[in-house]
Amino acid sequence: MAAIAHAERLPARSWVARFTKSEALTGYGLISPAVFLMLVLLAYPFVLAVWISLTDRVLGEPGKFIGIGNYLKLLQDPLFRQTVWNSFVYTISTVFLKMFLGVILALILNQEIPCRNLIRGAILLPWIVPTSLSVLTWLWMFDSLFSVVNYILLGLGLIAKKIPWLGDPFWAMVSVIIVNTWRGLPFFAVSFLAGLMTIPKELYEAAETDGARAFRQFWYITLPLLQPVIAVVVLFSTIWTFADFQIVYILTHGGPINATQIFATMAYDVALVAGRIGEGSGISLFLFPALLIVIFLMLRYLRRE
Amino acid sequence: MRHKRLRTLQRIVGVYLPLALFLFFALFPFYWMLISSFKANPELYNLKANRLWIAHPTLDQFRDLFAKTAILQWLWNSFFVSFLTSMISMSFGIMAGYALARLKFPGAQAFGLATFITYLVPTTLIFIPLASVVQKLGLSNSIWSLVVTYPTFLIPFCTWMLIAYFKSIPRDMEECAMIDGCTRIGAMIRIVLPMAIPGVIFSAMFSFTLSWNEFVYALTFISSTTQKTMSVAVPTELIRGDAYFWGELMAASLLGSVPVAVLYSFFMEYFVSGLTAGALKG
Repeated sequence: MAAIAHAERLPARSWVARFTKSEALTGYGLISPAVFLMLVLLAYPFVLAVWISLTDRVLGEPGKFIGIGNYLKLLQDPLFRQTVWNSFVYTISTVFLKMFLGVILALILNQEIPCRNLIRGAILLPWIVPTSLSVLTWLWMFDSLFSVVNYILLGLGLIAKKIPWLGDPFWAMVSVIIVNTWRGLPFFAVSFLAGLMTIPKELYEAAETDGARAFRQFWYITLPLLQPVIAVVVLFSTIWTFADFQIVYILTHGGPINATQIFATMAYDVALVAGRIGEGSGISLFLFPALLIVIFLMLRYLRRE
Repeated sequence: MRHKRLRTLQRIVGVYLPLALFLFFALFPFYWMLISSFKANPELYNLKANRLWIAHPTLDQFRDLFAKTAILQWLWNSFFVSFLTSMISMSFGIMAGYALARLKFPGAQAFGLATFITYLVPTTLIFIPLASVVQKLGLSNSIWSLVVTYPTFLIPFCTWMLIAYFKSIPRDMEECAMIDGCTRIGAMIRIVLPMAIPGVIFSAMFSFTLSWNEFVYALTFISSTTQKTMSVAVPTELIRGDAYFWGELMAASLLGSVPVAVLYSFFMEYFVSGLTAGALKG
């Protein structure tokens, strides 16, 4: 009985053993679930996006092939041109702010301060909680009638009259930039902090004995050694900010008069609200060149490291 | 003595003052969320009261929320989707991460590169066609559409994280186990995985947070009230037309934020070290 069971099990076992001992087969076996999912739900939708953007598809109708018609139409559309401009303003200013403030915050967090871990945790909070919910809080804070931001600024005497945060094209852009900076700053600061902690203390001690002051130490030691981390974080943030959706969608919905319309919110409005799916797909795909540039720079940078 | 006093002044101006400003900037919105959700409407909309404090704390907003809305359903949906997708992504990530960290096979490098690239792909690039893929799969308007799509951005993240962890574990031990008759998979599960537990926990938790917070797909694929997750339900279901019920909105936002904040406070060390490891390794 036992012998039969043994004999039956043996071939199966050796097959499994042979399979699991061959590295290539094991490798393919291990990556196949991930590859399958990526092909069906990432690669295929991407190809589909390109195809749809070349048709005049609207909601409920498959549409027909119109070549690059959507793209030509978009490039002549003043609203789309404004969207391109807004996206650049939004991305460049927030990434710069996050980088600049992030370096300062990281330098502070790297000091000997009481309750350091607690403070680091508190600083990370805006990045951890659901953005859509925290942005609702900002919407309430910028409310035209009840704005607590105005309440505080007026109370401190910093402004003479209420700022129309979300009601005015200029201030609406300022508002979304503030909120994006608020949400993204923790990621920058903590990444930079990690970079700072890898810089050997001896370098600063040597500089100290050579008589270099704090600023020169920062300029000649900290910044050059922090540069790789800064580059990677900035590239990450650039693509994610460029493609951002929820902050603008919830705070201003692209308004007033499209002053804060960016790629993703316009794509959503055109494809899913107005139902012009072909054109909407085209707008989304304008994010692709930006993605390619970031990937290219990132790979070049990481390879050099 | 004077020198020491100057030093203290320098520290206050150079460190503590800016730190206080940063902390205020980071935390004030949460304070505002908190106090708004414990105020009754008359106090909430009273412009003459001291608006930065609560005179009469009340649970009215929460009571309304539980009585009039499907908030428990939304919380459950968020939990269900986040738990399931983080488990799926972690498992797939362990498999793929181990293969890339340890095994040599043709195409491994290309797959690694593809993983890295997909990690960068923003969801807003493909959400429109993905909606029609989800429809073809018969999943539109159901939380299952999120269960299948969230892993597309979670797996690359988990894989990338875990490659770094697996690589930091010495090869000797699993090689010994394999000489002793353990299979490759057996060695992976019994030897390598237990040593990579911090990385595994971090990836799972971070995936949970990313799912919990996801907005674009959930907004696009789901329209019925009972299938929504917190991040989408609160801004879409609680704002009725032009009427904003700020007390309820803030109470709901608080309920949606607390789970991830708690999760994160328990495992903050993992978070910070994992995040920094990720940032450094790119």
